[in-house]
Amino acid sequence: MDWNWQVIFEHIPDLLGGAVLTTQLVVISGIVGLFFGLILAQLRLSKSWAVQALPFAYIFFFRGTPLLVQIFLIYYGLGQFEAVRNSFLWEPVLSQAYWCAIIAFTMNTSAYLAEIIRGAIQTIPVGELEAADAIGMSKWQKLTRITLPRAFGIVIPAYSNEVIFMLKGSALASTIALMDITGVARTISARTYTLMELFFAAGIVYLLLSWVILFGFRLFEKKLNRYMSYEPPDVVTRTIP
Amino acid sequence: MFDLQGFGALLLSGATVTIKLALTSLAIGMVLGLLGATAKLSKVWLLRKLATVYTATMRGIPELLLVLFIYYGGSMLLMSILKKFGYNDYVEISAFWGGVMALSIAFGAYATEIFRMAIQEIPSGQREAAEAVGMRPLQIFYRITLPQVWQIALPGLGNLFLVLLKDTALVSVVGLKDIMYQSSRAAQSTQQPFTFYMAAAIIYLGLTILITGFMMWLEWRANPAARYAKKLTRQSTAG
Repeated sequence: MDWNWQVIFEHIPDLLGGAVLTTQLVVISGIVGLFFGLILAQLRLSKSWAVQALPFAYIFFFRGTPLLVQIFLIYYGLGQFEAVRNSFLWEPVLSQAYWCAIIAFTMNTSAYLAEIIRGAIQTIPVGELEAADAIGMSKWQKLTRITLPRAFGIVIPAYSNEVIFMLKGSALASTIALMDITGVARTISARTYTLMELFFAAGIVYLLLSWVILFGFRLFEKKLNRYMSYEPPDVVTRTIP
Repeated sequence: MFDLQGFGALLLSGATVTIKLALTSLAIGMVLGLLGATAKLSKVWLLRKLATVYTATMRGIPELLLVLFIYYGGSMLLMSILKKFGYNDYVEISAFWGGVMALSIAFGAYATEIFRMAIQEIPSGQREAAEAVGMRPLQIFYRITLPQVWQIALPGLGNLFLVLLKDTALVSVVGLKDIMYQSSRAAQSTQQPFTFYMAAAIIYLGLTILITGFMMWLEWRANPAARYAKKLTRQSTAG
């Protein structure tokens, strides 16, 4: 079997174009998903049974079914309903593969993130929350000053994992004809009949992206949890270690 | 809404394919995971590096790409090898075995990490004691390491199995007639995609519940100490 390096080099621009789309999908759904995940986690921690039930069902559904099913449900499935086809959202959003992929990824990742955030909130020592109550913080102040900053520091490693999973899941966008990295590799390889070479190149691009993500998160984590590595300056000799 | 119009049997036949695929990949993936963990903890530099490259690459590459690569690439590779032996016909890896290879390789990479952590969790004194009483390495592995690793690794493996179950849907992309493939076909012929993808989702949810229940039972079984403690407390509160 002859390995054709030439075809890889020729199509690097296409693959990088695919990488831009993949990055868009991951970044948008990662950020919006985090936001929804926070809300879901808050609802999930509510003491009332009725409030808990809905986020529980949502999380159960999105964590228990394949991402592929979710994408198809949104992209192909919603068109089954007359009401959806006639709504003002149909033309600009729900009939577009791009937005459907983003909606599916966001809903999927927010379910996973909600569980991660819930776990993090539950590991915050109760004493810290009681202390916030004791000095008279309002519920909102307690959330924004104590709960979320503390939970965020705990969540970051798990969040970076979830973003890597999103990166891997984003390859599914190619099944609804989007030109992400996998989509580009599939289309070109079907034309030039150099499957191995292009899938190999696509794999390298994914690996590079995941390393960039992991490296970025490591820097961010260091900055966020800097209290752990902080050494106070030596007062006696006035040297900064 | 939930009129399956006679496609129910087709979906169930897809479910059996999905289950077969998941279980076969699980079995091979576990072996790969154990091999990977042994390689990662071995004294041989090359084995350690190979295992590290394996886990690092597999965790960054999408499973879908792996499925496509192995299904299409594997056939081409097989053909070019067979050509060297003078066999010029068209050969193809079946979607099922291509899927099994891809999914078990992906599963094995994550399982490697879980097994490695579990093995490291066992105090080295136990292994030294086993050596001291004259057990051979394989005996140590079967009698001392594996039963304990099993108990520690079980929750992690259960989660991985759930991930694996969901990843089986990807093999429908290369034409395996699993739940996804059959529901796509039903959706096309009835023009009711939402109904049939929802039906597929419900089957997956059902399988998830089954696996979760089974894993809970396994975890309960694998931990006789906890079971005994529970029995004791029950007796003391009853008496």
